[in-house]
Amino acid sequence: MTVPAPRAEQALATVPPGAPLLEVEGLTVKLGVEGAQRAVLRDVSLRIRAGEAVGLVGESGSGKSMTARAIDRLLPRGAEVDGRITYDGGDVMSLSGAAMRRYRDQVAMIFQDPRAHVNPVRRVGDFMTEALRTNLGVPPAEAARRAADMLGQVGIADGRRRLRQYPHELSGGMLQRVMIAAALLTEPKLLLADEPTTALDVTTQAEVMAILDDLRREFGLAMLFITHDLELAAAICDRTAVMYAGQIVEVRQSGLLHDDPLHPYTAALAAARPDIAQTAPRLAAIPGRPLSAFEAPVGECAFAPRCPHVRDICRAETPELIGLDGGLSRCARAIELRGQLTVGHGHDGNSDG
Amino acid sequence: MSVAPAQQRAGDAAPLVTVRAPRGGRTAVGLLRGTGAAGIASAIVIAIATVVAVIGSLIAPFSPTLPNLAVAFVGPTGSHLLGFDAEGRDVLSRLLAGATTSMLGPLAVVVGSLLAGTLLAVIAAWRRGLVDAVIGSGLDILFAFPGILLAVLAAAVFGAGLPAASISLAIAYMPYVARVLRGAALKERSQPYVAALEVQGASATTICLRHIVPNIMPLIVAQATILFGYAMVDLAAISFIGLGVQPPAPNWGVMISENQVGIPQGYPLPALAAGGCIVAVVIAFNVLGERLFEQAQARP
Amino acid sequence: MRLAFVARRLAMLVASLLVASFVIFGALYLAPGNPVAALSGGRSLPPSSLHVLEARYHLNQPFLAQYWYWLENAVHGNLGISIVLKENVSTLIGSRIWTTAGLVLYASLIILVLGIGMGIVAGLKPGLLDTSALVTSAISAAIPSFVAAIALIALFAVKLRWFPALGNGTDFLSNVRHLTLPAFALALSSLAIVARVTRSAIREEADREHVQTAVSRGIPRRQLVRRHILRNAAIPITTVSGITIASLIAVAAVVETAFSLNGLGAYLVTSAQDKDLAVVQGISLVLVTAFVVINLAVDLAYAVLDPRVALGSRAA
Repeated sequence: MTVPAPRAEQALATVPPGAPLLEVEGLTVKLGVEGAQRAVLRDVSLRIRAGEAVGLVGESGSGKSMTARAIDRLLPRGAEVDGRITYDGGDVMSLSGAAMRRYRDQVAMIFQDPRAHVNPVRRVGDFMTEALRTNLGVPPAEAARRAADMLGQVGIADGRRRLRQYPHELSGGMLQRVMIAAALLTEPKLLLADEPTTALDVTTQAEVMAILDDLRREFGLAMLFITHDLELAAAICDRTAVMYAGQIVEVRQSGLLHDDPLHPYTAALAAARPDIAQTAPRLAAIPGRPLSAFEAPVGECAFAPRCPHVRDICRAETPELIGLDGGLSRCARAIELRGQLTVGHGHDGNSDG
Repeated sequence: MSVAPAQQRAGDAAPLVTVRAPRGGRTAVGLLRGTGAAGIASAIVIAIATVVAVIGSLIAPFSPTLPNLAVAFVGPTGSHLLGFDAEGRDVLSRLLAGATTSMLGPLAVVVGSLLAGTLLAVIAAWRRGLVDAVIGSGLDILFAFPGILLAVLAAAVFGAGLPAASISLAIAYMPYVARVLRGAALKERSQPYVAALEVQGASATTICLRHIVPNIMPLIVAQATILFGYAMVDLAAISFIGLGVQPPAPNWGVMISENQVGIPQGYPLPALAAGGCIVAVVIAFNVLGERLFEQAQARP
Repeated sequence: MRLAFVARRLAMLVASLLVASFVIFGALYLAPGNPVAALSGGRSLPPSSLHVLEARYHLNQPFLAQYWYWLENAVHGNLGISIVLKENVSTLIGSRIWTTAGLVLYASLIILVLGIGMGIVAGLKPGLLDTSALVTSAISAAIPSFVAAIALIALFAVKLRWFPALGNGTDFLSNVRHLTLPAFALALSSLAIVARVTRSAIREEADREHVQTAVSRGIPRRQLVRRHILRNAAIPITTVSGITIASLIAVAAVVETAFSLNGLGAYLVTSAQDKDLAVVQGISLVLVTAFVVINLAVDLAYAVLDPRVALGSRAA
């Protein structure tokens, strides 16, 4: 029963309505690497609605961080950007001056390594209130009060004292909470969280994730949550996008991603994560290594060299994103492979012999 | 259970298991090639200077020491490519002859400070703890004496001359060398292979001499090169102010001092020529030294 | 915590000075011959003068006692008598110290203003004359002060006649004129080094992640540069500048000699040649003290600028 694949637009129309807060269309980014311009993002399209949490999952080199940086206008000098990024209806790429500052107040980024991302020679209070005082003209005393309150919200007691401390006096986990609190102070509508817990130990990870999730819901913020951990994204995001070699290869309801993936890469990612409840003679791994956009073959499916389901059709041309079951997939054989992509990691816990 | 044979032979240096300790690494040629075009050019300049230092007096076309006041400060003519100096001596010949002391002094300084500095650094790194702290504090205190000052003091006490000046500078540079090498030696010391060698019963001296020092050798060589440049500048300065090599012995620093009188009279060439030699060689050592230093740091 | 750091550095300063003064004093005994011969610089003196020397230096007492007396005197400003000029060493120093201080100050100003200034400009604007600037700075860094001195004299004093070649001035303005070429000669190589370090420090800071954070919050460029790049780069820049300026003290002697300036350094050199040991000791003590004090100031500045420094030395 072959049904012509509905176009991506129509597929997204099956999701609950609401004008998107952030819309990325056809984003292609090239960076100057050793003299040549190399593509790091290829035709990336994304939509985030107000209050919605979208996960962005991928391995290193997939372009997930680069996407966030492009959205936050943090790309390095000399980067070539094509495509469109729209926030609240307005074009982001052409912003400058006061409008740009307002945008930056509205879109807050939380970075991966808090210790590297906080200025070590300035006090915590200075760090937290800098944007408030500079861009929003909030008087210092008032800014400090708000900062201390927000510290309480992220679970740091005795905020006033903490504001006077220096970053090196705080642990990694606390510093990341400070970073989250600081991001929330300018009352943003969109949070870009770039692997916020990767640099922390597992226990602290759970704490920080909980705080992030709680506060996001409480303030009704949209979030783009970047991680290499599929399960982590599924835990707090409504929808998750999977990236490979600078392209989006799947977008899906988070709950369905693990059990009913639409792309072989997603299935492989899910299978590669060791399950603590099972024993296996060998860890499942994807043969080969993850490629960046400029290393991947052009004119064919970027995952073809490593895919266990590859056929000739995969090498014929770069697959488009097609809509399927409420999600999107960039697999040329997506419809064929429906339901077959979870081999090797079944519910009954059978491990391969 | 009987004690394993390895433990019985604790004092024996022959290892039971071959520990592949990383060797000091690349050959001199390899190191040199890694410094790029600038590094190689500098090495050539240094090589030329060294050769001249050795045979300078022999290849000088005219006498570097015989004065002839009648031709004092006469400009370049014929075979006297750089003219005559304040005492009527051929400038080129004097420059060639002067290379010897100009290069020898710094060599002594570098050798002296490196030997002492490496020794102290390795001891401090090996023993760590109190010994390290004491050596560290001692060196910190020695930093209080700038090289030139020590050399002047030595000249006042022992009389002016190259030996006194060289020894003073070696003493003054030693803490600097020790500090730089101590860090590297400490890192080397905490490498797993050192622990493995210790467990196998290798003595401290063996480990230090046969493993640690060769592994920090690229850094030592880089340090030596950079230091040579500094020593050359300082020694030339000391000779310039009259407390190093004494005139009429040929020496680039001395030549600048001798010929300074010519400048207001409109004869800057002799002094500037000597200055140029110093600058050229110092630049070569600086450039090569920095490149070698980068290489030494870059290695894992 | 910070107090402990300051206390520790002060203790190191006192220890350094003690050891240095010990070495300076001990030089008397290292000299060939007996101390009297060293003090008289090999000159033959009438017995009355010899007695004065013996009493003054307590030469009949044990070594450490002599050291103690000498040190006590020194701290009170009594540095002995010059054998050559037959005057109090402290007076002789006093009349010359302003020339040296002026020279070092002038050179320091050049290094700080021009060196750091050029470094900041080069650091903030990538690609601005990069290669040529690097080459120029590499060459300048290698030019010793006395070579720079004669080159500057040859060009600016003899050929162009913009500045006087030698000697001190008479009043303040002419002093400045006379000190200009010497100050530049003294500052040249340090200038290049400081400019280069400043440039690297600024470049490094500008690439740091915490600057990205500030950018992502929309902090205006000027404030970003001031509060995050310059403020952080100030740490290595201050350290290098401080060390460089401290090193000027010794090299000033060479420059003063080259320009026939009547400063402490030149006097130190002539005294060494004349073997006027009391003067050598006195001036050495003054110079070493200045050197150590400046180094201490650098350490303290570093602690102020970098809150991560609680205890311990500068080396990270």
